Amino acid sequence: MPASPGIAPLVKVDRVSKHFGEGETRVDALRDVSIEVFPGQVVALLGPSGSGKTTLLNVIGCILDPSSGSLDLDGETVFRGHRWLRADLRRLRLDKIGFIFQFHNLIPFLTATENVALVLQLAGAEADTARRRAHELLDYLEVGHRKSAMPANLSGGEAQRVAIARALANRPRIILADEPTAALDSQRAAIVMDLMRRVAVEQDAAIIAVTHDEKILDRFDRRFQLRDGVLADSP
Amino acid sequence: MNLAYRDIRHNLFRFLLTGLGLGLLLGVVLAMIGIYRGLVVEALAVARSPAVDLWVVEANTRGPFAEASRIPGDTREAIARIAGVTAAGSVTYQTVETEHMGGKIRLYVIGFESTRPGGPPVIVEGRGIGRSHAEAVVDASAGVALGATLRLGRDDFTVVGLTQHQVATGGDPTVFITLRDAQKLQFDLAPPAARIQLARGFADAGRDTINAVVARVSPNTTPDHVAATVHRWKHLAAITQEGQELILTQSLVDRARRQIGLFTSLLMAVSAVIIALIIYTMTMEKLKQIATLKLIGAPDRTIVAMIVQQALALGAIGFSLGAALILNVKDVFPRRVVLEVDNIAALGAVVVLVCLVSSALGVRAALRVDPASALGG
Repeated sequence: MPASPGIAPLVKVDRVSKHFGEGETRVDALRDVSIEVFPGQVVALLGPSGSGKTTLLNVIGCILDPSSGSLDLDGETVFRGHRWLRADLRRLRLDKIGFIFQFHNLIPFLTATENVALVLQLAGAEADTARRRAHELLDYLEVGHRKSAMPANLSGGEAQRVAIARALANRPRIILADEPTAALDSQRAAIVMDLMRRVAVEQDAAIIAVTHDEKILDRFDRRFQLRDGVLADSP
Repeated sequence: MNLAYRDIRHNLFRFLLTGLGLGLLLGVVLAMIGIYRGLVVEALAVARSPAVDLWVVEANTRGPFAEASRIPGDTREAIARIAGVTAAGSVTYQTVETEHMGGKIRLYVIGFESTRPGGPPVIVEGRGIGRSHAEAVVDASAGVALGATLRLGRDDFTVVGLTQHQVATGGDPTVFITLRDAQKLQFDLAPPAARIQLARGFADAGRDTINAVVARVSPNTTPDHVAATVHRWKHLAAITQEGQELILTQSLVDRARRQIGLFTSLLMAVSAVIIALIIYTMTMEKLKQIATLKLIGAPDRTIVAMIVQQALALGAIGFSLGAALILNVKDVFPRRVVLEVDNIAALGAVVVLVCLVSSALGVRAALRVDPASALGG
């Protein structure tokens, strides 16, 4: 989905650099990377291992300090120069960003419902409200029949849907996915991608996924190719 | 949402098994405390049983328990005449070994004067001594039944009453007999030895000897005041009840008390290390989950609460199982295990403290988890 003129980007990464170490041990993980992702878009971050994909995802997820540049999320500048402009990054993540993981990372001692409700309760929702919303999301993602199941008893596809439901719980407008289909077969990977697209469109969200999965590359609106920390946009 | 409760519920069997292991350890700690308390209570039992205020013994001794004391039998009459003394009784103490039901038993024989202080405090079964000769009241821990015959020295005694928890400092059950019988048992010589004494011209000498006189004093005076009067007689010494108990606890059981105290401290230290290791291991197993929780926005206090609550739950389960175990088996121990509510509560408080301190290691590990580690394989 191309960006419409006049619509503000949900994620704006502007000339962000990140290096680790100094002097001879210095490694430039990102060099002047700039990207914009708009509502309704599903974009991929591609590149070989060590190219900086995960570093960029961590920067956008506000869990890694950039060395320089600026970062805007949902119209708010959260990082500029060398410092975060928001004191409570945990709250920022809770309110604005949803995470989807390669191995779903569901909390193993919580049921599917509790995994989703937990995020809502962390944001301050009452237990009953959180449970209702969790059931709605699980139904929406067509895993409502597994709401009482423990993660260990879910199939890979079911677990990933529960993980997506958890990522959507607080209605974040930015969803970051780390290899969301790597642990799934082609059929289930396609279903998950369809779900993510549906979420992006229906919830007007931006989805940024790090992936190596060639079988789903044609399902992204844009693909950003990273090599040695430098971005080469590959539409 | 209580994460600690849900994690425990999910791994209930493993958690209970860990709690059981900890419970056994805490049970041993509790048993050691009970044994220590039992030692003190047993040490004081014989001294407390006459319920007196003053012990009159041989001069320059700390008798009759810590040191040997022999005083003339008529001392009781002299003591009874002191102003402020309401009652006085002569007593003797000695350890004997006898045979019963085909086995040997050691008994602590107490001779006392009927109707005077020094006799058994409470008879739990049977009656007190009613005849002047050949009757005995025995502590139930001796395993001698009411009506049984017990041979002490060269005489047979009929057991007419049973006491409870009346043992000597070494744990030997007590036997109460009349003073005359006790003097005969303690001071009568064997016939050959008596014949030799007779030949030397010491016929029947020294039979009317006792170990101590116990006395009760009037509320209008103090044991110290009466003791000061007794001290004027150069051949006697007087020890207040408080002083006697101090001698018993400090002289007789002090080393055992310190030994058990040290061992209990070591066990508590071992328990603390084990709790810390269990909590730390439980936390390390959850690092990925903790990273995920942090990444999705869980505050540190949620994660700290989960670890601390689990540590406390583990301590509570272990402590409950340990306490239940010891309270159920304490009577099987050969010597008394005394556990009062305050002992159990004190250990409970220590366990809570140990759990809180021990969980610090796990909390530290959890707080150092980088949320970024939730991403990637």
